[in-house]
Amino acid sequence: MKYVDEFRDPEMAKTLLKEIEALTLEIPKASKRPLQIMEVCGGHTHSIFKFGIETMLPDCIELVHGPGCPVCVLPMGRVDDCIAIAETPDMIFTTFGDAMRVPGSKKSLLQAKAEGCDIRMVYSPLDALELAKNNPDKEVSFFGLGFETTMPSTALTILQAEADGVENFSLFCNHITIIPTIKAILDSPDLRLDGFLGPGHVSMVIGNSPYNFIANHYKRPLVVAGFEPLDVLQSIWMVLKQIKEGRHEIENQYNRIVPDDGNNVALQSIGKVFELREFFEWRGLGSIDHSGVKVREEYAKYDSERKFDLPSLKIADPKSCQCGEVLKGVIKPWECKVFGELCTPETPLGSLMVSSEGACAAYHQYGGALMEAKKAEAEKSAS
Amino acid sequence: MNELKNNKSETSGATPFRRGGELKADKITMAHGSGGKAMRDLIDDVFIKSFDNPAMGEMEDQARIDLASLQAEGDRLAFTTDSFVVDPLFFPGGDIGKLAIFGTVNDLAVGGAKPMYLTCSMIIEEGLEIDVLRKVADSMRAAADLSGVSIVTGDTKVVDKGACDKVFINTAGVGVIPKGTNIGAKQVRPGDKLLVNGVLGDHGAAILNARGDMALTSPVLSDCKPLYELIEKLLAAAPGTSSIRDATRGGLASAVNEIADAAGLGVTLIEDAIPLRKEVRGFCEILGLDPLYLANEGTLVAFVPAEQADAALAAMQSLDAGKEAAIIGEAVEGHSGRVIMQSSFGGKRIVDMLVGDQLPRIC
Repeated sequence: MKYVDEFRDPEMAKTLLKEIEALTLEIPKASKRPLQIMEVCGGHTHSIFKFGIETMLPDCIELVHGPGCPVCVLPMGRVDDCIAIAETPDMIFTTFGDAMRVPGSKKSLLQAKAEGCDIRMVYSPLDALELAKNNPDKEVSFFGLGFETTMPSTALTILQAEADGVENFSLFCNHITIIPTIKAILDSPDLRLDGFLGPGHVSMVIGNSPYNFIANHYKRPLVVAGFEPLDVLQSIWMVLKQIKEGRHEIENQYNRIVPDDGNNVALQSIGKVFELREFFEWRGLGSIDHSGVKVREEYAKYDSERKFDLPSLKIADPKSCQCGEVLKGVIKPWECKVFGELCTPETPLGSLMVSSEGACAAYHQYGGALMEAKKAEAEKSAS
Repeated sequence: MNELKNNKSETSGATPFRRGGELKADKITMAHGSGGKAMRDLIDDVFIKSFDNPAMGEMEDQARIDLASLQAEGDRLAFTTDSFVVDPLFFPGGDIGKLAIFGTVNDLAVGGAKPMYLTCSMIIEEGLEIDVLRKVADSMRAAADLSGVSIVTGDTKVVDKGACDKVFINTAGVGVIPKGTNIGAKQVRPGDKLLVNGVLGDHGAAILNARGDMALTSPVLSDCKPLYELIEKLLAAAPGTSSIRDATRGGLASAVNEIADAAGLGVTLIEDAIPLRKEVRGFCEILGLDPLYLANEGTLVAFVPAEQADAALAAMQSLDAGKEAAIIGEAVEGHSGRVIMQSSFGGKRIVDMLVGDQLPRIC
């Protein structure tokens, strides 16, 4: 398949892996403890597992699966709000498929649907707007979530709704922004990370300059990475090269897609419709300042939060749940107390188990044997 | 009948007394399930006209099958049932009628049975166009002929609008397993090769396309087809075949996991060897789906002793239904109950059972 197979060439992978191994031998600290590289984006987590990249890397490289899965960081209170909207009479509640199984404090959207709510999966917010046009006697609310990757399409949908004079459409806005969260992780006292793979699709919108503080202030390398397996390997190689040479810079491996200054049209539409919230609650990470956006006052009539009466309760994460520590790379998914036993993809307790981009679900689905082998190894070295 | 009270009406048995009724209406109403003339006309003019065969012609409440004719084919009866609720009813490469026949016929065939007789039970939504039913019934007849089976008895019910979606079909089938044929997951041994008869995921991709949610256009047709002839040929060429499964819902991944689990063995898959149409691969790439989990309706997986694998492959490839057959893996002693795939890229990953529905990724 053109434009895909070129980035999955096993021979090139072998060459890159050799280079990666050679580089690690020249990094003295790699012999003392594994180098930790965080892939911020859930899309990378998915690729890493799908192609078995972790099984190919030398042992002295540890990939930490970061907070870049918007479904995974969604707190239970927000899911409860979704259900409250969905339970409003004459409501068609629309969502991306991933969010259907995220547990709320009482139920998930999938369970609410089974109980009779009209909840529909859509592939684009424009499909939700179309539903609103086709059902003028109903209200249609769209569950907007995701980082800057999905924000422009939601913003454009609101602008389109206004242009078309659609009155029965609104957005339940849960869009979040990655920069404050990376900062929160870097400020965390238990931080051990040596470098980052930057989120390719987010960067396509925001460009590369917003990451400069990582290099300048926190002195960590970040390489904006593509999602094909060779992209991931090459980006890891680029991070290692910086570590070896004692550099900490923002580099762009994904320059076939990501322009240094981002996408201005997309940024303008975001700015027009959304403004920063003072703070937003992240599952596992707690409240992070300026990490979410809300609909601007000018578009209030398209805002589900203003339009409907919502409980908006803050629900604490389950006590046994260690999603936060996994997200920060402090523990590996299988080191969580409830992993695979109380928390499984069928009955997720923590949201990292819900989406295929969540680290725990990915380990559970793709990496069971790998995990068991590592667990055995860890036990062996402990005893 | 008591169903009438809760607004469902029914007629049961093979067929009512046949007078060659003719249907005037163009849409199904509750009268067509009420047991009266309208219902009889529907059965005569749509179902009997399409399915007509000697057993149905008997007009009793049940089909009667001569045991001797069954015994001539083997020493065990295989008996199965399946229901069909596909949406949309018609899709590229098939329709609900075809599925209802091939699905049940294939469930019999993968046990090594020769499919012989089918039942057909229809639950019809009020308001359905009669022409749609005619098309479905004709398609069932054609599919039955192609599979060498007869539809010998049936039932129709009509329910209120909204109580079902257009039409739901249940078919049950009987077949006969020849003496000496004994295939099942527990028979699989380490070293057995895993074969598949063709490209994966065509049916799932065709259905998703036909629903129109994706706004993608793609020429992929459903692979729905009968597999008995192919299996007969496979078993003749590789009599040691240990297990065969129909890789329908849940796709190849689920079928192979079920076998690994039942056999208590590991299975290794080689991604490079798995046949996949490039359109389906592209479709999955765009939507974030895994073709290993996409549904098939004419695709089987078979474990065959290593020394018979080449003969099995050649036998499959000699038929249209197996033209793109391939050896895609093997049963192994290690990682019991787990399916591990060697990715084309060089890594390894677990291929697990599907949890829930395959939800599309958002970014």
